[in-house]
Amino acid sequence: MRKYTPKDNVQKKSYYTDRFYIAPRVPRSQVESGSHFADVVNALKKLAFESYVEFNQLIVHIKSTDNIKVLQILKEKCGYTVCSELSAVDYLASSGEFEIFYQMLNLSEAKRVRVLTRIKKDEAIESIVPLHKMANFAEREMYDMFGIVANNHPYLKRILMPEDWVGHPLLKTYPLQGDEAASWYEVDKIFGKEYRDIIGAENRDPAKIDRYDTKRFSRVGHEVPFGADISSGEKEKDIEYSKTFLVDYTSSQKQLDKRK
Amino acid sequence: MAQHQVNYASSAGLPIALTTVDKLVNWGRSNSLWPLTYGLACCAIEMMASGASRFDFDRFGTIFRASPRQADVMILAGTLSKKHAEFTRRLYDQMAEPKWVISMGSCANTGGMFNTYATVQGVDRIVPVDIYLPGCAPRPETLQYALMMLQKKIRRESANMKKNTKQNLRLI
Repeated sequence: MRKYTPKDNVQKKSYYTDRFYIAPRVPRSQVESGSHFADVVNALKKLAFESYVEFNQLIVHIKSTDNIKVLQILKEKCGYTVCSELSAVDYLASSGEFEIFYQMLNLSEAKRVRVLTRIKKDEAIESIVPLHKMANFAEREMYDMFGIVANNHPYLKRILMPEDWVGHPLLKTYPLQGDEAASWYEVDKIFGKEYRDIIGAENRDPAKIDRYDTKRFSRVGHEVPFGADISSGEKEKDIEYSKTFLVDYTSSQKQLDKRK
Repeated sequence: MAQHQVNYASSAGLPIALTTVDKLVNWGRSNSLWPLTYGLACCAIEMMASGASRFDFDRFGTIFRASPRQADVMILAGTLSKKHAEFTRRLYDQMAEPKWVISMGSCANTGGMFNTYATVQGVDRIVPVDIYLPGCAPRPETLQYALMMLQKKIRRESANMKKNTKQNLRLI
């Protein structure tokens, strides 16, 4: 846990000072000889160029071209018949590479192996659909979110975003609130580009209040007709409360209970 | 002449009621508002609760329809993603005139907490909205109140209004 810092003057000073906080590394341990994971590493032989254990899971680093071979050995010889998840991590900024992970599960041993591989930005990876049917959707999602192509995939198209979407949203370079194409997507698609001016840009400020908007906001004591132009200022009025809905208990002598 | 003069101002027991066509038509319209079942996210649960027996929309004459051709009101209940916006507009276009839209919940009103690339920042960017319902999610009472406000609005309107003309509406 992070150290506690008093937060009484948060308005004056930012309390979150460790902006470049680096999370502690997960403890790593070597593969114990004679264990189940040691057998897995032996079965992979030289295909695994780095292997260690984190949180009781074996992590294996492989070359991206070996992924079919490695997963086949894991499936047929080591009993890792389930691929529970596969996707990618964007490390383009630090090393110009994507890290692709395959999370494998052995149901009889109740053990998990994570197979990690790295590919360059414009490289493709071989699809593992022949080995694991789940990869069909997972690789489509990886393509949709990162733009990583899986070779020999049966039906590689976007799965979450619309087919005519521009860009791959899970890249670190993709803006959270969307690029130009994303922010006008529905307007362009439904009405056409010429309606951009009429509909206007998206309001991305949740606290936005238009001082001169008389269609949605009214100021008590400064009431004006709906849609009036108040850019030149408005007159102050006395506050009038509705006589019909509010009962004035102080002046009407109406007794609320019998205690008095 | 005038042997059977009727005092129209006080009908005195005669089966006569005077009204305007506007009022008669709007009476019919406002008391049989059929919404399209259009649940998009968690607000849909509250919308379903409003329709079910505890809150009972049927007593307002409000019966959910699964077809846009039979619906008068579109209750947009939930987060509208940009991928889905096209279909929302298509369903809105398929509804017969006159038609009204209730935007239910923060997400439909403004995008809500989904200030991201994939969410429409307010459904009024694609369909004209009559009632904005605040809340995350609004309780069924809120939806009932919104429906009653919509009924009030309809009763105020002219019966032969051309609702979606360019003068009245920017999006058509």
